[in-house]
Amino acid sequence: MEQNNYNYVKAELPKSVGKTGVAFLLVGIVAAILAFVLEPARASFSSLLLFVYLMGLGMCSLFLVALEYLTDAVWSVAFRRISEFMTPLIFIAPLFAIPVLFNMHDVFHWSHGEAVQTDKILQWKSPYLNMSFFLIRFIAIVGIMTLFFYLIIRNSGKQDKNPDQKYTRINVKLAAILIPFFGISITLISIDWLMSLEPHWFSTIFGIYYFAGSLLSAFAVLTLFSVKLKEWKILPDFLGRDHFYNLGAFMFAFVNFWAYIAFSQLLLIWYANIPEETFWFIAKFNGSWKYFSIGLILVQFIIPYAALVSQPSKSNYKRLKIMSVWIIFAHLYDLYWLVMTTFDKNGIVFGWIEIGFIILGIGVVLLLFRFVYAKRNLIPVGDPKLNRCINFHI
Amino acid sequence: MENKKIYSVVGLFDTADEIIHASEKVVENGYKKFDINTPFPVHGLNQAMKLKSSPMGYFALVFGLTGTAIALLTMAFMMTFDYPLNIGGKPLFPLPAFIPVTFEVTVLLASIGTVLALLFVFFKMPHNSHPLHDSNYMKKCTTEKFGVCLEADDEKFNEADAKAFLEKLGAKEIETIYTVKEDVPPIFTKQFIGFLVFTVIVISGATYFVTNKLMFMPPFNWMMDQHRVNVQSVSTFFPDSFSMREKVEGTVPRGFMPEEYKESPDSAGKYLQNPLEYNEKNIALGKKKFLTYCSPCHGNLAKGDSRLKDNFPKPPTLHSKKLKEWTDGRIYHVITFGQGVMPSYAKQVTRQERWAIIQYIRTLQRALNPSEEDFNGAK
Repeated sequence: MEQNNYNYVKAELPKSVGKTGVAFLLVGIVAAILAFVLEPARASFSSLLLFVYLMGLGMCSLFLVALEYLTDAVWSVAFRRISEFMTPLIFIAPLFAIPVLFNMHDVFHWSHGEAVQTDKILQWKSPYLNMSFFLIRFIAIVGIMTLFFYLIIRNSGKQDKNPDQKYTRINVKLAAILIPFFGISITLISIDWLMSLEPHWFSTIFGIYYFAGSLLSAFAVLTLFSVKLKEWKILPDFLGRDHFYNLGAFMFAFVNFWAYIAFSQLLLIWYANIPEETFWFIAKFNGSWKYFSIGLILVQFIIPYAALVSQPSKSNYKRLKIMSVWIIFAHLYDLYWLVMTTFDKNGIVFGWIEIGFIILGIGVVLLLFRFVYAKRNLIPVGDPKLNRCINFHI
Repeated sequence: MENKKIYSVVGLFDTADEIIHASEKVVENGYKKFDINTPFPVHGLNQAMKLKSSPMGYFALVFGLTGTAIALLTMAFMMTFDYPLNIGGKPLFPLPAFIPVTFEVTVLLASIGTVLALLFVFFKMPHNSHPLHDSNYMKKCTTEKFGVCLEADDEKFNEADAKAFLEKLGAKEIETIYTVKEDVPPIFTKQFIGFLVFTVIVISGATYFVTNKLMFMPPFNWMMDQHRVNVQSVSTFFPDSFSMREKVEGTVPRGFMPEEYKESPDSAGKYLQNPLEYNEKNIALGKKKFLTYCSPCHGNLAKGDSRLKDNFPKPPTLHSKKLKEWTDGRIYHVITFGQGVMPSYAKQVTRQERWAIIQYIRTLQRALNPSEEDFNGAK
C-alpha cells in the first residue's frame, strides 16, 4: 500500500470568515423575517430562489465528490474537502423551502384547487402536481441525498484516521449508486420548484439546464474557496498552478456547457414555434425583463467565456478569484431570471428583500465553511491518491 | 566533410527524471535554442524547459473569428439581402437558426487554419525534412531514450563545449548532427510527385466507380428499383394506365367556394363589390401580383405595350374609356373566368389578390391620367 508522506498541520481560518458569516447571517435573518411580515409573497419567491440555489450547490458538490471517486481523478484530491464542506447544504437548504410551503398559494398557481378545476391541462397534470405528492417527492429527495451525504462523507472522514483503501473502494461503489439517484433528484427539484412556477409550460431539457448552472456554481464556489485559502496560505504549497488550471478549465467547460444547454432550449422552442412552449420565453421578453434576458447571455456566457478562454488565464489566481465570484452571481442571475419572472410579469423587481436573502445565503455558506472546517481536515490525509495529487503536473 | 554545417550536438538519457534535471541545467547554463525529444509526453517538462506559451492559440483565434464572420455575413447576405426567403414565418435574419452553422464554420476554420499554420509556419512547408531525421539519436528517442539537442544556432554554442557540457550532465551516445543539404525539397522529388499523381488517380477513379457504377449494382440499387410508378411512366396496375387516381365525382377541396356569375359578366359587374379597403397595403399587394401575372401581357403600366405584344394578339390597354367605366366586379369577372385569348387566373391569384390587383389598376388609371383635383391635392 502506498503511504502518504505528507504531513498535514491544521491552520486556523482567519477570524474574519466567521465574523462576516455571523454578521451576514444576522442581517439576512432580520431582513428575511421583516420581508415575510411585510411582503410574504415576494419574500416567498426570494426564499424559493435561495433554496434552489443552495440545494443545487449542495447536491452538485456531492456530485463532484462522487465524480472524483468514479473517475479516479488525481488532481482534485486535495480540493475534495472543500466540496465536501459544501455538501451539508443538502439538508440546510430545505430550511428555506419551508416558508415557501406555507405560502404555496402565492407561489405555485397549480396549488389552487379552483384553478385546477377549470383548467384541463392542470387537471391532466394533477396526478403529479398535487400537494401531497409534491411533499412526498421533496422529503424523499432530501432524505435520499442526505443518506448518500452521510455515507460518502463519513467514509471519507474515517480514512483520515485509518488510511485504509477499503474506504475508497466503498465510496466508489456508493458514488456509482448515487449518480442515477442524483440525476433523477436534481431533475425533479428543477421540475417541482422551478418549472412548475409556470405549470402550463414544459421543457424536457429543463432538468439538465438547472444541473448545468448548479454544477457551474459548485465549481465556482470550490474555486473561490481554494483561491482564498491559497491567499491565506492555508492550502498546502504543493497545490500550484497545474491544479488550479484544472479548476479554471472546468469552470470554462461548464460555462460552455450551460450556454449549450440554454441555447438548445431556446433554439428548439423558437424553431418549433408551438404556442404552449413559446409563451414562457415571450413572458421573459416582457417589459424590462427583455433587457434582463439579453443580459443573461452576456453575464453567464460571453463575459466568463472571454475571461477564461486563454490558457494562462485559467491558472491566474486573480483572474480565477474574480471569475469565480462573477460566476457565483451569474448563476444567481440565472435563477433569479427563472423565478422572479413569475412573481412580476411586467418588469424587474429588485430591492432590499432580494438583497437580504442573498446576504442570508452568503452568511449560511460562510458559516457552514467555518464550522465544518473547524471540525474536519482540509486535506484528506488518508486518501491513497494523495501522493499522486502532490506530484500532479500537466 | 568540411562543407557540412553543424546542426546540433545531441545526447541521450535513460529516464524521464534525468531529462527534466538535464533540461533545467541546460536552461541554467544559458542555452536558448535547444530541444528535448522524448518517447512520450513528460509532465513538468514545459516548466523545466522554461517554454513560453505557444502562439498557436492566436492562429486558432484569428481563424476562428474569421470563420464566425464568414458564416454570419454569408448567411446574412444570402438569406436577408440577396434572396430573402420566408421560412416558417421566421424573421429574415433568424439569428438563433444561424448560430449552429456559425459555430460549425468557426470550429472548422479554426481547426483547418491551425493545422495549416502548423504545417506552413512552424514546419516550414514545403521543406519537410529535418536534420534529426534518420539519425541514430531520433531512433532511440522514439523508442526508449530521452534526448537533449543543443542547436548550433545558439549564440553560446560551441561544439567542443557542448559535448563537454553534455558529458558532465551524464548523457550517453553524444554525437554531432550535420545539416542535410538538399537541392529540392523532398516533396518536389519525382517519387513524391508520382505518389501524389497515383493517389489522385486512384481516389478519383474510386469515387467515379462508387458514385456512377457501384450504386447501380445490387444490392445498392434495391431502394431505387422498387415496385412503384415513376414519374412519366405507365402504370400497369390500373386499367386506365394512370398512376394518379381521379377525384371521386362531386368532391370539393376543403374551404372550397364556387365562383359566382360564371355565365353572366354583367351581373358580376352589377352585384360584386370590392371588399378591400382602398389603402397602401392592398395596393402594394396588388402591384406585386400585377407585376407577376398581368404585366407580361398588359405591360408594367397596363398600357398594353409589354414584351410579349408582338407574339400574341395585341393585349388591350387598361386605360381605355371602357375599362375606366367598368365596375370592379366586371374586371373581377375577367380575371376570374378570362376573356377572349386571356385565360382564367383563378388558380394563380386568390380572391383577395384579385381585388388588390383591381385596386392597383385603378391607381394606375388615375396616375397616368390625373385630373385637375389630383394636381391641386398634390400641392
